[in-house]
Amino acid sequence: MKPNVTNVIIAGLGGQGVIKASDILAEVALRAGLDVKKAEVHGMSQRGGSVSTDVRFGEEVLSPMVPPGEADFLVVLAASEVEVNRPSLKPGGVLLAPDLVPEGALANRRSLNVALLGALSAHLDVPETLFLDAVRASLPERLHAVNEAAFAAGRAAVAAVRARPA
Amino acid sequence: MNHPERILASGDEAVALAARDAGVALGTGYPGTPSTEILEAFDAAGGKAQWAPNEKVALEVGLGVAFAGARALVTMKHVGLNVAADPLFTAAYTGVDGALVVVSADDPGMASSQNEQDNRRYAVAAGLPALEPSDSQEAYDFTLEAIALSERFKLPVLLRMTTRVCHGKSILQRRPAPPASAPARFRRDIAGRVMIPAYARPAHRRLREKLAAVAEWCETAPLNRVERGDPRLGVVTAGISYLHVREAAPDASVFKLGAVHPLPLARLRAFAESVDRCVVVEEGDPCLFEALRAAGIAVEGRPEPFRFGELNVGRVRRLLAGDASPEPAPPRGKAPELCPACPYHPVYGTLQKLDCIVAGDIGCYSLGVLPPYQAMDTLVDMGAALGVGLGLRHVLPEAEARRVVSVIGDSTFVHSGLTGVAEMVYNPPPTGHVVLVLDNGTTAMTGQQEHPGTGRTLDHEPTGRLSIEGVARAMGVPQVDVLDPVEDPAGFEALLRKRLAETALSLIVARRPCILAAPDIRKWEKAADEKRALGGCAAACLGSAPEPLSPRGGEGQGEGAAQ
Repeated sequence: MKPNVTNVIIAGLGGQGVIKASDILAEVALRAGLDVKKAEVHGMSQRGGSVSTDVRFGEEVLSPMVPPGEADFLVVLAASEVEVNRPSLKPGGVLLAPDLVPEGALANRRSLNVALLGALSAHLDVPETLFLDAVRASLPERLHAVNEAAFAAGRAAVAAVRARPA
Repeated sequence: MNHPERILASGDEAVALAARDAGVALGTGYPGTPSTEILEAFDAAGGKAQWAPNEKVALEVGLGVAFAGARALVTMKHVGLNVAADPLFTAAYTGVDGALVVVSADDPGMASSQNEQDNRRYAVAAGLPALEPSDSQEAYDFTLEAIALSERFKLPVLLRMTTRVCHGKSILQRRPAPPASAPARFRRDIAGRVMIPAYARPAHRRLREKLAAVAEWCETAPLNRVERGDPRLGVVTAGISYLHVREAAPDASVFKLGAVHPLPLARLRAFAESVDRCVVVEEGDPCLFEALRAAGIAVEGRPEPFRFGELNVGRVRRLLAGDASPEPAPPRGKAPELCPACPYHPVYGTLQKLDCIVAGDIGCYSLGVLPPYQAMDTLVDMGAALGVGLGLRHVLPEAEARRVVSVIGDSTFVHSGLTGVAEMVYNPPPTGHVVLVLDNGTTAMTGQQEHPGTGRTLDHEPTGRLSIEGVARAMGVPQVDVLDPVEDPAGFEALLRKRLAETALSLIVARRPCILAAPDIRKWEKAADEKRALGGCAAACLGSAPEPLSPRGGEGQGEGAAQ
């Protein structure tokens, strides 16, 4: 793959908003004028099983699936899904796990998917406004405020980690 | 109309948009992962879309549309084409006046299916052109191409997709709309469409002539293309595999097939001769490999392990390196399970408790096979609960035979259970039989689609309704009971015990709405009631207001039905 392609895997359990998060991320890439592909398997996912989706974006994306062990970012919404998905991360890749966003930081834990997108956005060279536009475009208006707050909480969590002495 | 903007769409959505842009007059099919979203998106885009009871009926309806000169889209998952295979093979003989595009959504790796059959075989067996897109743009473009091909060569065209293409999203741009089809009209063509042997014999010859013309077209069609690279490695590939190949071997020369049947053999032969080593990379069966070898073209296949499951970039790298060593196991996540509030819990609890031998069927309720219940003993195809259960009853020793229950969902029952009921009434086993219809008021597993038993159309408007208990009584099942297993689990257990002990034919409808669909069902039923009250429903459906999805009492309702 061309080095300018960013590989993101978002994983969790059915009902957590994994697919919604990947849709928002793909929408961000589209709005940024990039090529983007998204791969997922759904069908059984609503029944509480493991769900994971691949989002790849950059100048030109070929396969829609992140090759094994080549994810730049692994975003995991359920603690129980971290270890099963860890092998998909490349050496030095970034893991964004649910414990990154502290309990209490979110008014509603159901917006963890958007919070972790906020965390991801802090690692990407994409304007924050594109993310917020895509979040708003993908969710009904009554959910905008809580998800904007969740997004900000995710970004703040990354800033807090960075501020910690190494 | 021009649609220059880039949009992000799944392959399923892309097919729907193309069908809409091409003025497809009717889209029909039966829900099945990964094809379901095509008709839903076609409906959302303003197209006329409807669910058929099963794929065979859908294909026949589509054929009628195309006989009338209009454009039809028929969608199904791969195993659905088995059900529709009967009309498919002879529709190849009759041909069409308008356009008939049949989407087969295959599921390599079986993300949500009972097998991973490769439906490119159907194109060869029936003698039909088949196109296979790699991404959403191609799904859109190839749908338009399939419509044009169908009209040009007067043949049904298969559009073969796979899970990753159906559900994956990528960028697409819509094209200017193609010319509209002529208005629908009936053209009498008895020799062309009445397939008695005298007319079918020349029809078979016509089909082969048409296919030869399509093959000639394929030799120059731009959807089959060569991407020149390093002459030391050539790869012949199609569909999603093409994208994996481009990434795994960016320098290779690639023959990218858009049409997987018939094959442009002259061009393929020239390509194979132009490279030092020519490898076929395909998911599923070695269809392309066998066809090329049979034509005497020197190509390499792949080690046996790669015929199983999906390919990905990593696997294609190994395949091209001829590496057949054991592959790393994919991560094992959490298995799906019955929803915590699923109305089938008490049903499976009872089946387990009574140690029933369960001839099962396909749907959410298949999950009853997993712990904690493990209360399903067979699952083969849609409707098999009936036939397999009856077969077991016919030959098992009496004590075991009396434990056999056929368990089938409501949508599956309408799809393929009715003929099983006819078999049961016609050839009753010595111990009788018990059929359990789990009626949750929706096609739950595929995402809660309507079906004839719900009394609502694809877009949830009121229409005629098939009554499961009514049809069972009418077909001659002497004992028909309806009850709610959640409201009265003890009553359910008592009834099942009683029916198993009797030497009689029995059908029990365990009716309780799917927990996920219930809020929507209430909303749609309310809207439907209001519409009926206003006289807004088509005349045909006014006489069959749905019976409420609520318990209708316990046993004995069928007592007077055996006429």
